[in-house]
Amino acid sequence: MVNNLLKYSLIFIVSVLLQVLVLNHILVFRMISPYFYLIFMLLLPYDTPRAMLIFLGFILGLSIDAFTNTLGVHAAVCVLIGFIRPGVLNKISTRETRESVSAPRISTMSLNWFISYAAIFVAIHHIILFMLEAFTFEGFFFTMIRAFLSGILSVILIVISQFIFFRK
Amino acid sequence: MRNLFRLILRYHYIFLFLILEIFSLSMVVTYNNYQQAKFLTSSNGITGYFFENFAGVFQVFDLKKANTELAEENAQLRTALQHYQLRTTNNSHLSYLSERNPLITMTRDSLNKIVYFFTTARVINNSVNQRHNFLTLNKGRIQGVKTNMGVVSTGRVVGMVTDVGDNYCTVISILNERWKLSAKIKRNEFFGSLSWNGRDYRKVQLNEIPYHVPVQNGDTIVTTGFTSSFPEGLEIGIVSEYSLGSGSNFYKIDVDLAVDFRSIVQVALVENRQLKEINKLELLNNDGK
Repeated sequence: MVNNLLKYSLIFIVSVLLQVLVLNHILVFRMISPYFYLIFMLLLPYDTPRAMLIFLGFILGLSIDAFTNTLGVHAAVCVLIGFIRPGVLNKISTRETRESVSAPRISTMSLNWFISYAAIFVAIHHIILFMLEAFTFEGFFFTMIRAFLSGILSVILIVISQFIFFRK
Repeated sequence: MRNLFRLILRYHYIFLFLILEIFSLSMVVTYNNYQQAKFLTSSNGITGYFFENFAGVFQVFDLKKANTELAEENAQLRTALQHYQLRTTNNSHLSYLSERNPLITMTRDSLNKIVYFFTTARVINNSVNQRHNFLTLNKGRIQGVKTNMGVVSTGRVVGMVTDVGDNYCTVISILNERWKLSAKIKRNEFFGSLSWNGRDYRKVQLNEIPYHVPVQNGDTIVTTGFTSSFPEGLEIGIVSEYSLGSGSNFYKIDVDLAVDFRSIVQVALVENRQLKEINKLELLNNDGK
C-alpha cells in the first residue's frame, strides 16, 4: 500500500514535470505537440476507487494548468477522464483480467490491447482539450487535425515509455 | 432523509464528478475573456522554482544564438551612442537619432525627462505550442516588476506582464489569441490592430488597415505608442503577405515576427514612468462620460 503510494506519487511528479519542462517545448511541423502526462491516469490500478480517480484527475489537471496558465482547461478534461475510466475499462477488458492483474500495463496485457486502450483515452482527452483551448468553433477542422496528429504522437510516447520505464 | 443519504453515499462519485467538472469549466469560462487567470498562474513560487532550475538545461542550445543577438544589439547601441554624443556636443537636434534607434530617443519626453526605463530579465519558461502562450520571467514584485510593463527582446516586442509574483512574473506573449496590440506600418504611419490567429508561431496578423493604404511586402511593422507599455517605434516584424478579403474593406496582412519565439533567453522589461499620470487622465475621461 505504502509502496504503491510512493510509486504512483513518483509517476505523477515525473509525468507532470516531463510534460511542462520538456514536452511543452516540442512542436513538430509547427502544429503537433504531445500531451503525455495523461499516462498517469492510464496507469492507475484497476481497483482505484472511482472518487479517487476523479479527484486525482482534478489534481493532475490543475497542476498542468498552473504551469501553462490555462486555468481549468486540463482540470476539466482530466476529471472527465477519471470519471469515464472505469466504464471504458469494463467494456474493453474482462472481469478475470481485472481481478488477476493489478494495473493496466503492456507487460501484463498485450501490446495491441495497450495501444487501443491508450488510443481511446488520448482521443477523448485531446479532442476535448483542443476544443476547450480554442474555445470557439471557428477553424474547427484545423483544431481537429491538430488534436488528431498530436494524439498520434502522444500515444506513441506513452507506448514507448512503457518499454523504457516499466520493463519486467 | 435516510434514503437521500444512502443515495448520496451510493453515487458519491457522480456528485464529486459534477462538482469538480462544473468548478473547472466555470474557471475556463470565467477566465476565457481575460488575458490572464487571477490565481494559480505560472508566477507563483512553486512553478517558478521548477522553471528557474530546469530552464537552463534546455536553453543551452539557444545560448549561442542569444549571444550573437546580444552582441549585435550591443554594437548597434554603441554606434547609436556615439552619434548621440556627437550630436549633443554639437548641440543639434536629436530627431536624426529617432530614425536610427527608437530605443534611445523615444524614451525622452519634451522636457527631456526619461519616460521609459529598461531592466533585464531571464526567460525561465516559454511556449509556442498553445493558442494562449505565456512566458515566465525570473523577476517579480521584489525586483520592481509591475503589471502592464512591456517585454522586449533586442528591442523587439515580445509581450506584456500580466501577473506578478514575489520573484517571478507571467508575461502574455504576442502569440496569444487574447492579446491585441496596436501597431502601424512604419513607412506611412497607418495603424491597425495586431493579433495572432493561433496557427503559425512565426506569423502574426495585422488587421484594420483600410484597402486604400499602400502596403508592400517587406514593410516594417512597429508599435504605435498608443499602448502605454511600449515606446513608439519598436519593431514587431515585417509584412510577408497581404490580400484583400472578398467584400472586405480591410487588408489581411501576415507579419513575419522579428523575434524568434522558440529561442528567447534574455529579455528587457520596459517600465513607463508616466503610467500613473496616463492612467489618472484616462480615469478622468471615463468619469466625464
